[in-house]
Amino acid sequence: MPLQNSKATTGTGAGLVETKYFDFAEPPDELLLDCGENVGPITVAYETYGSLNEEKSNAILILHAFSGDAHAAGWHDGASKPGWWDDMIGLGKAFDTEKYFVICSNVLGGCKGTTGPSSIDPRTGEHYGADFPPVGIPDMVRVQARLLDHLGIEKLLSVAGGSMGGQQVLEWLVACPQRVGSAIAIATAAKHSPQQIAFNEVGRQAIMADPNWKGSQYYGTEQPAKGLSVARMIGHITYMSDTSMSNKFGRRTGTNGHRRPFGNAFEVEDYLHHKGLTFVDRFDANSYLYITRAIDDYDAAAGGGLAAALNGLDARVMVLSFKSDWLYPSYQSQEIVRACKKAGVDVTYCEISSTYGHDAFLLEVDEQTKLVSHFLERTGELKDIE
Amino acid sequence: MTLRAEELAQKVIVGWVRPGCSVLELGCGDGELLSRLIEDRAIKAQGIETDGLHVHRCVQRGLNVLHEPVEEGLTDYGNGSFDYAIFNGSLQRVVKKPDIVLRDALRVADKVIVRFSNFAHYRARWQILLEGKTPVTPSLPYAWYDTPNLHFLSIADFYAYCAARAIAVESAAFVGENRVVRVSPNFFAMSGLFLLSKGYKTGGKIRRTMGEVD
Repeated sequence: MPLQNSKATTGTGAGLVETKYFDFAEPPDELLLDCGENVGPITVAYETYGSLNEEKSNAILILHAFSGDAHAAGWHDGASKPGWWDDMIGLGKAFDTEKYFVICSNVLGGCKGTTGPSSIDPRTGEHYGADFPPVGIPDMVRVQARLLDHLGIEKLLSVAGGSMGGQQVLEWLVACPQRVGSAIAIATAAKHSPQQIAFNEVGRQAIMADPNWKGSQYYGTEQPAKGLSVARMIGHITYMSDTSMSNKFGRRTGTNGHRRPFGNAFEVEDYLHHKGLTFVDRFDANSYLYITRAIDDYDAAAGGGLAAALNGLDARVMVLSFKSDWLYPSYQSQEIVRACKKAGVDVTYCEISSTYGHDAFLLEVDEQTKLVSHFLERTGELKDIE
Repeated sequence: MTLRAEELAQKVIVGWVRPGCSVLELGCGDGELLSRLIEDRAIKAQGIETDGLHVHRCVQRGLNVLHEPVEEGLTDYGNGSFDYAIFNGSLQRVVKKPDIVLRDALRVADKVIVRFSNFAHYRARWQILLEGKTPVTPSLPYAWYDTPNLHFLSIADFYAYCAARAIAVESAAFVGENRVVRVSPNFFAMSGLFLLSKGYKTGGKIRRTMGEVD
């Protein structure tokens, strides 16, 4: 009996969807993390769209970026907006739910239903806070692999994701190459540059400098809202480009006008304040610290050469970057491509013209749709030939 | 190039490529040749192309393609990574330093196929000599101000180059406006096609399949 969404409706999107939960790693069978510590039990929040075929060969795992969640597509009951990649996932879209069974789960260490620092530590009955063990991108992938075991999926048709999602794509390739038929890594890097680490560190320092952070134990009291919103403001600057900011805001004054001396003078300031404040309502400050640390620490080659790590890989790889993305510049994508070339891996690379900066992976829908849908179609054909 | 000439040239290339081999095409355009090679010769194909629209078309055709400059495309591949590397017009069009790139192609692939437009075709000679004009012919159909070609060479030039670099010409074919040219190709052929390999592999002996060039 193929898995199916009970509430999937017809239309162009993934329809009405619900987040589901999978529990595992009950003590004493906890999950061993890269840091050497165990964690358990673990709850994984996930969603699925479309139907798994009889051969279980049409599954695609979508991997979310830093602040994303399991709700990648479709609508939750009563919601005002759809999932974060709804433009790309659904009937007739790039990840066509007519053909593919699409899965997305919240990462370990997150705060959107999967176990993380805001979860209750069963040993103490309190929120973990800083007692939560450090997690890495490989640990996130380990948890996803367990979810696939639970869903009875041995091999994925594809794994796809942008930014931090792209790092997880690379980790799938190096850690579980036999379970992946193809991979789509978008606007990502095999390892963070000092500049990328630096921006994340400013965000972390903003949170920890907030007196409400209280060494991570702010649960049940006021949260470090100021610090977290400043961190998010920095993030949003890095996600945009000089051009996209000029196009979006120009030098127009914000709602407060030129109130002296330091009121919000410009629309771009209003925008950042708004983004920062709304982020506080949907994200946990400790998850911010844990996940940015995981991103910064990650090196797909684990200190060695990426080409050696990818050697013998059977999966086809597609790498996409965006011209105006200065947070994850094209040269980082090209490094992944170069490693694929050296390792003899079938690889496709395209640098998409866009002015949106890093945000382009969420906004440049048309070009990505063409590239991704054709790439997946070909992967499906090759699989049929086997 | 006329359609007929294009078809003849493609036929030559397809005929040279052994079935089931790996092929790297540098400057693969919209992927037409690679697709044909996959269909007719069941090759494993990899393309490199700088034009974004062409890259999209290649992906649509199901090809593995890299959106990057041809000149930087070779350096990352190890020795003998492919059975064939193909420059279907791209060596004179997009490569700034053909000498360096061609030698790198011979490192990366066992055999290299090069196709270029012949600057010494009799119509070109006529235009230079009698009209005093830069030639415009079916295989060089551009005026001086809008030509995509960076280098102008003749079939005789290319033979001389291969001899000087000890590159073995394993086979050569020549195409006119709508037929294969067998006599005096440097005079009658619109374009030349060469199947090359590293000279020293054949003991430094430079083979030539055609007789006198002119």
